[in-house]
Amino acid sequence: MSTATATPAGSTTMAQALNGALRDAMREDPNVLVMGEDVGTLGGVFRITDGLAAEFGADRCLDTPLAEAGILGSAVGMAMYGLRPVVELQFDAFAYPAFEQLLSHVAKMRNRTAGRLPLPITIRIPYGGGIGGVEHHSDSSEAYYAHTPGLHVVTPATVADGYGLLRAAIASDDPVVFLEPKRLYWSKDDVTPGPVEPIGRAVVRRQGTSATLLTYGPSLPVCLEAAEAARAEGWDLAVVDLRSLTPFDDETVCAAVRATGRAVVVHEATGFGGVGAEIAARVMERCFHHLAAPVLRVTGFDIPYPPPMLERHHLPGVDRILDAVARLQWEQ
Amino acid sequence: MTLLDQPAGPSASVWPPDAHGPRRDPAPLLPDPEPFRLLGTPAADKLDPELLLDLYRRLVVGRRYNQQATTLTKQGRLAVYPASTGQEACQVAAAAVLREDDWLFPSYRDTLAVVARGVRPVEALTLLRGNAHHGWDPKAHRTAPLSTPLATQAPHAVGLAHAARLRGDDVVALTTVGDGGTSEGDFHEALNFAGVLNAPVVFLVQNNGYAISVPLSKQSAAPTLAHKAVGYGISGRLVDGNDAAAVYTVLAEAVEHARSGRGPVLVEAVTYRLEAHTNADDATRYRTPDEVEAWQERDPLAVLERHLRAHDLIDDAGVAAAAEAAEELAAEMRAEFHAEPELDPMSLFTHVYAEPTPQLREQAALLAAELAAEADAR
Ligand SMILES: Cc1ncc(C[n+]2csc(CCOP(=O)(O)OP(=O)(O)O)c2C)c(N)n1
Ligand SMILES: [Mg+2]
Repeated sequence: MSTATATPAGSTTMAQALNGALRDAMREDPNVLVMGEDVGTLGGVFRITDGLAAEFGADRCLDTPLAEAGILGSAVGMAMYGLRPVVELQFDAFAYPAFEQLLSHVAKMRNRTAGRLPLPITIRIPYGGGIGGVEHHSDSSEAYYAHTPGLHVVTPATVADGYGLLRAAIASDDPVVFLEPKRLYWSKDDVTPGPVEPIGRAVVRRQGTSATLLTYGPSLPVCLEAAEAARAEGWDLAVVDLRSLTPFDDETVCAAVRATGRAVVVHEATGFGGVGAEIAARVMERCFHHLAAPVLRVTGFDIPYPPPMLERHHLPGVDRILDAVARLQWEQ
Repeated sequence: MTLLDQPAGPSASVWPPDAHGPRRDPAPLLPDPEPFRLLGTPAADKLDPELLLDLYRRLVVGRRYNQQATTLTKQGRLAVYPASTGQEACQVAAAAVLREDDWLFPSYRDTLAVVARGVRPVEALTLLRGNAHHGWDPKAHRTAPLSTPLATQAPHAVGLAHAARLRGDDVVALTTVGDGGTSEGDFHEALNFAGVLNAPVVFLVQNNGYAISVPLSKQSAAPTLAHKAVGYGISGRLVDGNDAAAVYTVLAEAVEHARSGRGPVLVEAVTYRLEAHTNADDATRYRTPDEVEAWQERDPLAVLERHLRAHDLIDDAGVAAAAEAAEELAAEMRAEFHAEPELDPMSLFTHVYAEPTPQLREQAALLAAELAAEADAR
């Protein structure tokens, strides 16, 4: 039993759940190691790796030089030699120096070696806004990764998924970009980890009959709040948490959309060329005859992420979601 | 004996062939192993007292600036503040050695250098206040925006310096990088470009011993960070970053070296950040109070004040006068920051492109309608 599992119900933060997942994975498999900037002595700037250096030693919880390309590039070599590196890139926008390694090597190694060199690397990236961060600390960069074949892209929205999905990511023999919604780090719940389920399944977080909200990561709590608020307007909204952008769970998503005939995709990242466009297209292709209205998107504006004092105007909130729901052609 | 141990044979002189040149003697590029110092050495007696007093006044202002910004952060007036307390000698010297038409390319911790360049604190701190991404007019002040992604501004400094050369201007660019930032690829690419282009750039590495929690010992195995210059054919210089006179002298020489076409220079200033990484950091997790205390002894402000007093270059009245000038800046900061900044949500859509796209116009209209509805509801 990990520390994360032993705590009483409702008192575990997502940060602790993630920490527990790392600890349990390291205890179970000596090949798992954690590496990144400030992950050792400090325990990470968000304390996700707290205590790991003390328990497993500096070699298995490695404070690296400040160089993201070096971090991910050396993780590739480690994985080639049989280790399972879990890389922390400190913030969304500071992952960009590692982009070359990610796109040109991490994503492609299995394919170009015809399966001889799989890379079981987990790349943890705190992402998204809503924490009052200054420039370069609030990006939602999931579309870049989701657009890259060869990478799994996973994002937890609940404390339990913080544990379960991270365990699954580390267990995966493919590289996983594991996007941690910063503003949910301190959200609390109880963690009851079962056996590690493979990644790739969406989950219906709330049943509903009027319309279906499709979302993930930091936008899940906003959608659940919107669904509560929608009751006053007479709408009974279903909410689907995608959990994994790649692989994409068409089955669960389409079943949830067919059940209501109306759908709104919600995410914090900019809309143009975003993940929402992919989701809307897939739903349109598969559920056209079940739809009573076009699939709508509620996303961040197509602008660089705003400074903290203006970010509330950018982030999709309850009102913007309800406005979109109102436009789902109810008059028909 | 392995291959590597074998003494160079006669073939060594003809290999590699000339076409693979240039081959340069690294000796003139190598930094001295000991950081250059002036205060407390006999050479200090020959220093111009006016220069020392000027540096002292700048340091007093710099320290007060750091204190005031820290207080404002505690009061919630800044979103975050990475203090340069303990590094003021590097900050003020970096600005003092530049001409008005030279350019500064600061890193995220260097707002004091920006203020020392003549930018008002309220503009220097805009990013950290959180009302906009950036405050001052970069062209008017020849000061690039603060660069948060570490070392990414270093190639910009090289490019600007090279462009000035192409235009026939004797302009120099100075960029600041931390010890951690020297590990980034962009830093090395910038050094290499500067060497190849012989660009008039000065790289100031403020080695404060830590990158957040990571000590230099885990950051680099180089003999000194100044040695990193040599592999790129650039001169490396090592200086005591808490000796304001030494930092000023070495940086002034480096700027002159670059300006006169003799090539770029990398200066490593050995210093220490006396505060935590930012207000959000807990430094007790990675360093001891003893270590911090030891560095308090070498506080650049205290070091210079001791020197000035020992040489009868300043008295209590002089110290009080310097403090008074610093108080003026602090008062200005309080007045500026205790007022609420003007916020215009519609500004989110301006300056994304020269002309907004049709999509941005649509989105701006949506936000405008929301704001109107919000105002009506109030
Ligand atoms: C590319 C990049 N990676 C990571 C970060 C996060 N980060 C901000 S400051 C910092 C440490 C910087 O250390 P150093 O370069 O020594 O400068 P100092 O903070 O000591 O002034 C880190 C890792 C960043 N800003 N940019
Ligand atoms: Mg440093």
